[in-house]
Amino acid sequence: MANGSGSGKYEKLAIEAPSFQKRTKRRILLDKVAGKLFSLSIFFALAVLCILLYQIVSKSIGWLDFKFLTGNLSMDPYKAGIRGVIIGSVLLMVVVIPVTLLLGVSTAIYLEEYAGKSRLRSIINTNISNLASVPSVIFGLLGLTVFGRLFNLGSSILAGGLTLSLLVLPIVVVASQEAIRAVPGFLRDASYAIGATKWTTVKKVVLPASLPGILTGSILAMSRAIGETAPLVVLGIPTLILRIPNGLLDDFTALPIQIYYWTLDTVLTAEYANLAAATIVVLLVLLFLMNSAAIIIRNKFQKRY
Amino acid sequence: MTSKANDERKSDIVYDVDNLNLWYGNDQALRDVTLDIKRNEVTAIIGPSGCGKSTFIKTLNRMVELIPIVRTSGEIYYHGNNIFEKTTRVEDLRTKVGMVFQKPNPFPKSVFENVVYGPRIHGIKSRKVLEEIAEISLKRAALWDEVKDRLHDNAYGLSGGQQQRLCIARVLAVEPEVVLMDEPTSALDPISTLKIEDLIHELKQTYTIIIVTHNMQQAGRISEKTAFFLNGEVIEYDRTEMIFSTPKDKRTEDYITGRFG
Repeated sequence: MANGSGSGKYEKLAIEAPSFQKRTKRRILLDKVAGKLFSLSIFFALAVLCILLYQIVSKSIGWLDFKFLTGNLSMDPYKAGIRGVIIGSVLLMVVVIPVTLLLGVSTAIYLEEYAGKSRLRSIINTNISNLASVPSVIFGLLGLTVFGRLFNLGSSILAGGLTLSLLVLPIVVVASQEAIRAVPGFLRDASYAIGATKWTTVKKVVLPASLPGILTGSILAMSRAIGETAPLVVLGIPTLILRIPNGLLDDFTALPIQIYYWTLDTVLTAEYANLAAATIVVLLVLLFLMNSAAIIIRNKFQKRY
Repeated sequence: MTSKANDERKSDIVYDVDNLNLWYGNDQALRDVTLDIKRNEVTAIIGPSGCGKSTFIKTLNRMVELIPIVRTSGEIYYHGNNIFEKTTRVEDLRTKVGMVFQKPNPFPKSVFENVVYGPRIHGIKSRKVLEEIAEISLKRAALWDEVKDRLHDNAYGLSGGQQQRLCIARVLAVEPEVVLMDEPTSALDPISTLKIEDLIHELKQTYTIIIVTHNMQQAGRISEKTAFFLNGEVIEYDRTEMIFSTPKDKRTEDYITGRFG
């Protein structure tokens, strides 16, 4: 403004105002068309989902009852129940939840708060994001080699749990990093300026403020773990376990595995399709509950600054 | 002004800054800053935006080092000890030298928890002692009467001015000797500003205060000494009335008469 004294004169725009209005009409039309197109794509996704749900639910009707939930596995489809399968999935989570939370959050804290802005850090960061998109079969092979063979854990719950932990660890790390990064710097400054160490600041300021985000991300990661099939298949989870597992070193089967095997064996016994459908419903309900928990935690503890 | 020449006066010197230079990467933000800061005085740092005044007070408690690309040269003696020495623990330094920021930054906790944050991290556990510290600190920060019935409410429910006094109380709760203030009233309305200024008048009986301010009237009202910074250099450092009545440097005069900045 101060130095442009000569060129500041008023010049007329090249285009007349009415031609703008003609364009406005076209732009509004285009806007409407775009809106319709986008709503069509969500309709497509919803329709597929509804067909799937209808098929599964209709097949499971009459099969999904209290007896099915509490009974033991059996070759006979009319006697089979999935108590052992549910216990298998729960015990898997008993391994996965503490391992991923502890390792995942610690890694995130290190990367965000302790590691300087070094080249190594950015390489590690990129690779964690890459790991999150590695196919789960690969993690299954890793689990088989390291936990199954090297540590001699076979196809136990511990081996399966540790393999699934590796699989979802990158997701937990990335989610926790984002939650930690979202804690405003001025809160850290307030703590440091009073003579706090890094660890005190992390413990008393950063973690409490980022906990909702960390938990939301972690629960979503857990629901991914509970639905994973491929790595467990690679580990060699037995087809049919008639015994109910009661320790972390026992063999086991889990919900997605059972769905997989029952679906495979439909050629032999047609009713297995109904058992698979009923088990899918159980798994879906479980996932729905976990995702709801994540949403509730996010809404309840979300802090505003 | 040479501080080392006179031993008697040396005990009065809290900070002795010697040829301090500071770089953010390749940009030099402070150039050969040399000045003394005396006990129980209010020292105002004035200057246009980007002149290094905030950087300077953040160097006094080494908060500036939280930015990874910072390099310094020169010395800062705090009671005769070089704060850049390996043996100086920044945690101890920052306990003795508190800091109040431009934007009020209470923790998303209760008023009480905010004030006792410092005492707690320094290991005080007794509820009774903590309550006592909270009351004394809030009284010193002239906030007690306004919050004594809502000590356990979230600090975010307080007004901006109250939040800033809460932040001052939080600093006072660890018994500092120096309080650094980085434009503490720039985000506040005139009435809250006045309250903070009154508070500074009270606090200087007990504490040494170094305040960065954009507001020259404020510097004139509250400080004994004023340092004028320009492009990272101390252009003039003198008693406040001298700076404002008979500045020695032309640039100081131009700035305080509003010709730039």
